[in-house]
Amino acid sequence: MKIVVGIKQVPDTTNVKINPETNTLIREGVESIINPFDMYAIEEALRIREKHGGTVTVISMGPPQVETSLKEAISLGVDDVLLISDRAFAGADTLATSYTLAAAIKKMGGADIILMGKQAIDGDTGQVGPGVAEHMNMVHVTDIRKIEEIDTENKTIIVERLLEDGYVRLRTSLPLLITVVKEINEPRLPSLKGKMKARKAEIPTLTAKDLEIDLERIGLNGSPTQVMKIFSPPKPSGGMIFNGEVSESVSALLKELKNAGLHLSNVEEN
Amino acid sequence: MNGIEVILENCIGCKLCVKSCAYDAIEVIDKKAVINEKCTICGACIEACVKYGAIKITRVTFKGQNISEFSGICVFAENRNGKLASVVPEIIGAAQQLKKSLDKPISAILLGNNIKPLADELITYGVDEVLMIDNPKIGDFAEDVQTELVTEILKQKKPEIFLGGGTVFGRSLLPRVAVKLLTGLTADCTELEIDSGTKLLKQTRPAFGGNIMATILTENHRPQMATVRHKVMKEAEKQEGYEGKITEMNDIPIPEPKIEFLEFVEEQMDTVNLADADIIVSAGHGIRDPKNLEIIHDLAKAVNGAVGASRAVVDADWIAYSHQVGQTGKTVNPTVYIACGISGAIQHLAGMKGSDIIIAINNDPNAPIFDVANYGIVGDLFEVLPELMKQVK
Repeated sequence: MKIVVGIKQVPDTTNVKINPETNTLIREGVESIINPFDMYAIEEALRIREKHGGTVTVISMGPPQVETSLKEAISLGVDDVLLISDRAFAGADTLATSYTLAAAIKKMGGADIILMGKQAIDGDTGQVGPGVAEHMNMVHVTDIRKIEEIDTENKTIIVERLLEDGYVRLRTSLPLLITVVKEINEPRLPSLKGKMKARKAEIPTLTAKDLEIDLERIGLNGSPTQVMKIFSPPKPSGGMIFNGEVSESVSALLKELKNAGLHLSNVEEN
Repeated sequence: MNGIEVILENCIGCKLCVKSCAYDAIEVIDKKAVINEKCTICGACIEACVKYGAIKITRVTFKGQNISEFSGICVFAENRNGKLASVVPEIIGAAQQLKKSLDKPISAILLGNNIKPLADELITYGVDEVLMIDNPKIGDFAEDVQTELVTEILKQKKPEIFLGGGTVFGRSLLPRVAVKLLTGLTADCTELEIDSGTKLLKQTRPAFGGNIMATILTENHRPQMATVRHKVMKEAEKQEGYEGKITEMNDIPIPEPKIEFLEFVEEQMDTVNLADADIIVSAGHGIRDPKNLEIIHDLAKAVNGAVGASRAVVDADWIAYSHQVGQTGKTVNPTVYIACGISGAIQHLAGMKGSDIIIAINNDPNAPIFDVANYGIVGDLFEVLPELMKQVK
C-alpha cells in the first residue's frame, strides 16, 4: 500500500491576539505549525500502514522553512518526506497548487491512497484535495470521519463521510484521495526515537525543473484567481453587557431583544 | 522574489508591511523592505502600503478560453431526497443582485431523479432557465457523476459566473469542476458584487478564521466560480407566475458511478443540524460536567434551536464532534448564537463570528466572548439559564 499525505504549514493561530483598536491580527512572533486537520491525515495514514502494511510519504509545497513541519512528520513515524519548494511556486492559488502537488505525486510514482486534512486554517478553502484528485484522475471523497474497511485484494474501501445532517456510508475503489475531519482519530505524539531520526534527517526537495510541469501553470502566473484587496472585518460594535442581579439581567436582555425585533420564545410560531 | 517587488524609491522603511504579513516574509534592512522566500504573494502588504505604493505584484496569468464567449449567471441547484438544499434560494438571491448589475439571465443546473417539481420551484425563485437532467441513474450522493455532468453543461452553456453552495457537497464538487475547466474558484464567499467598471465578479470571503477578509477576482478565466457560505445571502423571494423555461440536457451521456452509496445515517440528536439552525445554544467549558448539558438541550428545545459546543466540551467526549463549532469544527451563521460558559478563544470565534446576534453568558466579565457579543450577561450560567427559560416561557 502506497500512502501519501499532503500537508500544509500554517501560522499557528493558537496564540494570536486581536488588536482591539484596529481589529487586526497581531502576528508578531507567530510560529508555524502543521495545519491541525493534516495531523489527523498523518495519523490515519500511519494507522492504515499498521493494518495493511506499506509506506507513508508526507509531501508539502512551500518555502524552505516547511522542512521543520516535515521533520515533525518524521518524528511521528512516517517513512519518507518530500518538500516541493521553488520561488516559482509562490503565489499559487488552489488550481496551481493542486497541479503542482499532483505533478510531484506522479513523479513519486503515484499512490494507492492520498490523505489530506479537510482544509487549512489559514486559507480555509478545502479545494486543494479535490483538485489534486482531478489532476490525478482519481476518485475523491471529502470530510471522512471513519475508514470502515480497506480490502487490499479487491482494492475497495468503505468510508463514512460527515454531512451537515448526519453521515453517509460510501464504497469506492482505490486509488483514492480522501480529506479527513477531526473526528477520525486522535493523533499520536512523536516518539523519542522518532525525534532523534527527525533531527538527523535530510529533507529531499524537488524544484520546478525537477517536475514535469508546464511552467506557465505554476505559482502566481498559473493562478486564475487574484487577490484584489485584503482588509480587516469591521470591529464588532461594543455589546450591551448586563452584570446585575440575574433575574434583572435576563429580563433586561429579553427586553432588548424584543426591541430589536427578536422574540426567542416565539421562534417556533414564525 | 518572483512576481512581487519593492519599489525602493517609494519605500520609507515604515514597517507597516512587516506588521501586515502573516508569513513573516518581510524584513526592513537599511530602511527598505526586503521580501524573502516565505512570501506567498497573498497581497496583505499591498493593502498596508496603499499610502506609499512601494510594493507591486506583477503577473502574467496563463491563457484561458476566449472570455468574450461567456455570458450569464448560472447556479448549482444542489438537492437531495426531492428537496432543494436550503442554500439554493440564497444563491439565487445573490445571483439576482448580480443580475441587476449585469442584466444577464440566471440559469440553474438541476441534476437528479424525479426532480421536475424542483425545476418548477427554481423558476418561482426567479430562475430564467433550468438546465435539467432528470434520470434515475443520477443518485443523490453520486458526486462523481454529477461532477462530470455539471462540467459538460458548463462547457456547452458557457456562463460567465457559476455559483454553488458552501456546503459539504458544493465544496467538494465545485473544486473538481474548476480544475476540469481550468478556471478560478473562490471558497465560501460572504459577499458577491459586480465591479461597476470592469464588470468582473468581486468575490469577498473570510480567511484566517474570519480575522481577515479578502476580495478575489478571476480576471482572465471563465466561468468565474465561487461557493457561497450558507445563511449569509438573503433568500430569493418566490414570485408565482415567473416565466422561466426548462431545458432538458438529455444528450449528455451519464457516466458510470465510481462511488457506491450504501447508507445515509441521520444524526440521532434531534436538533443537531447546525448549518440550518436559526438559533444555536452552545456549551463551553463552563458547563463543568456532561450531566449539565441537559440544561443546554432544554434551552435549545425551548427556543427551537440546535445545540453547539466548544472544542473543550467535544474533546472531553461530553458531546459528539458534529456539534463542535470553531476552527476545527463547523462554521455557523445563525440569526442568534447563545454562548453559554464559552470563554471565546480565537478558534471558537472563527466558527461563530458571522452570527447575526451573539448572546454571551459567562461568569468572567473579562472573557473575550464579551468582545464579540451583541448582548452579554455576566453571571453563573446555572442561575442565568433557568431564569432565561422561565422568562422565555
